[in-house]
Amino acid sequence: MLCKRIIPCLDIKDGRTVKGVNFVNLRDAGDPVLLAKQYAEAGADELVFLDISATEQNRKTLVDLVEKVAQTIDIPFTVGGGISSLEDVHVLLQHGADKVSINSAAVKQPHLIDDLANQFGSQCIVVAIDAKQFDGQWLVHLVGGKVPTELDLFDWAKEVASRGAGEILFTSMDHDGTKNGFANAALKQLSQSMEIPIIASGGAGTISHFTDAFIHGKSDAALAASVFHFGEITIPNLKLELQKNNIPVRL
Amino acid sequence: MQVVILDYGAGNVRSVQFALERLGIDSVLSNDSETILSADRIIFPGQGEAESAMKKLRQYGLDRLLPELKQPLLGICLGMQLMFDASEEGDTKGLGIIPGQVKRFTQGKIPQVGWNTIEELQGPLFQNIPELSYMYLVHSYYAPLVTETSATSTYGIRYTVAIQKDNFFGVQFHPEKSSKAGQQLLENFIYLDV
Repeated sequence: MLCKRIIPCLDIKDGRTVKGVNFVNLRDAGDPVLLAKQYAEAGADELVFLDISATEQNRKTLVDLVEKVAQTIDIPFTVGGGISSLEDVHVLLQHGADKVSINSAAVKQPHLIDDLANQFGSQCIVVAIDAKQFDGQWLVHLVGGKVPTELDLFDWAKEVASRGAGEILFTSMDHDGTKNGFANAALKQLSQSMEIPIIASGGAGTISHFTDAFIHGKSDAALAASVFHFGEITIPNLKLELQKNNIPVRL
Repeated sequence: MQVVILDYGAGNVRSVQFALERLGIDSVLSNDSETILSADRIIFPGQGEAESAMKKLRQYGLDRLLPELKQPLLGICLGMQLMFDASEEGDTKGLGIIPGQVKRFTQGKIPQVGWNTIEELQGPLFQNIPELSYMYLVHSYYAPLVTETSATSTYGIRYTVAIQKDNFFGVQFHPEKSSKAGQQLLENFIYLDV
């Protein structure tokens, strides 16, 4: 049976992991390669690297990092942050990234999704959507959730899928950082109206939040950062709990 | 041992190369007939759309060369699918090594993305790999069950995730991204008795 996926997300700046990372037995918590290896060994199903520096000079650092990660780990990983052209994607895939995630660039030039899917295949194109609720309507936001648009989450999700996205990574800005659980109602609506897989993001605080995202939110995968980085939730424990709730996971 | 990874512009060749490096095995990326003919092992990765991948194979004359090879060849993902007669995707004529037509999934999320269990494992590729091992898959099209099927999985329906015919092997999943079980499969392929 196809398993539900657990995906730790690492924020990268200048080739280093940012946000405090509190892994025991880790000599250099800022080294993304070491951290990636640790997560892969703990049973993470995939990893996401989000480059938050995204300046010209730092792209080179990112590409070097992607290559080192690809050499080291034997599970799939996605790279996102500041990707805005075919060339950006080409370079990352060439150096061993399995998928790329695009966000603001897709909103600014939706045709980029078609071009990327045609050139590289839908399987490696993840479209990240950040959204926030206003008067009952979910509106898409850009630049890490700072800039609102008029786009409706569900309309935009349908459009990116029809343009050839292989997966949608949906972050609820209302839930992100709260540790109060994922946006399950919106996730469910997305998941049931879309043919492509939905990755839930934003709000993970406890193990039961993950259970809810799969059972009530109908998500195909769940992504989180700090609960994993600070060791509040370990991946083996999380997966055992999910299994007890009859959620298929890779153990 | 000379291992060649086919580099024809339609596959994540570096991931496969890195996975072999982790096994201590050097490989070369090539689309050159001479290099391919003299190799001991050939890995045939593939990603993207079937017809455009076939077009690229034809550009390098690989559509004629590959079915004639006598060395062990391992098709991965789209590589395996292209070894069949045909694919529904883009109404593509394949390499015709394995009879049958690749079809699009009709239920569940498409593409299937993630780790699924593999079953009914047969043949040398699956030595030391337990039944119900997890492998990583990303695909919208699937291969039917045929006499050459050497492993199956289930996604709405039971379908083929590995094939073997003489020196030709293929897997739908990505061994290079499937942790220890995938690593074992690549190692088995490299050290096949021939």
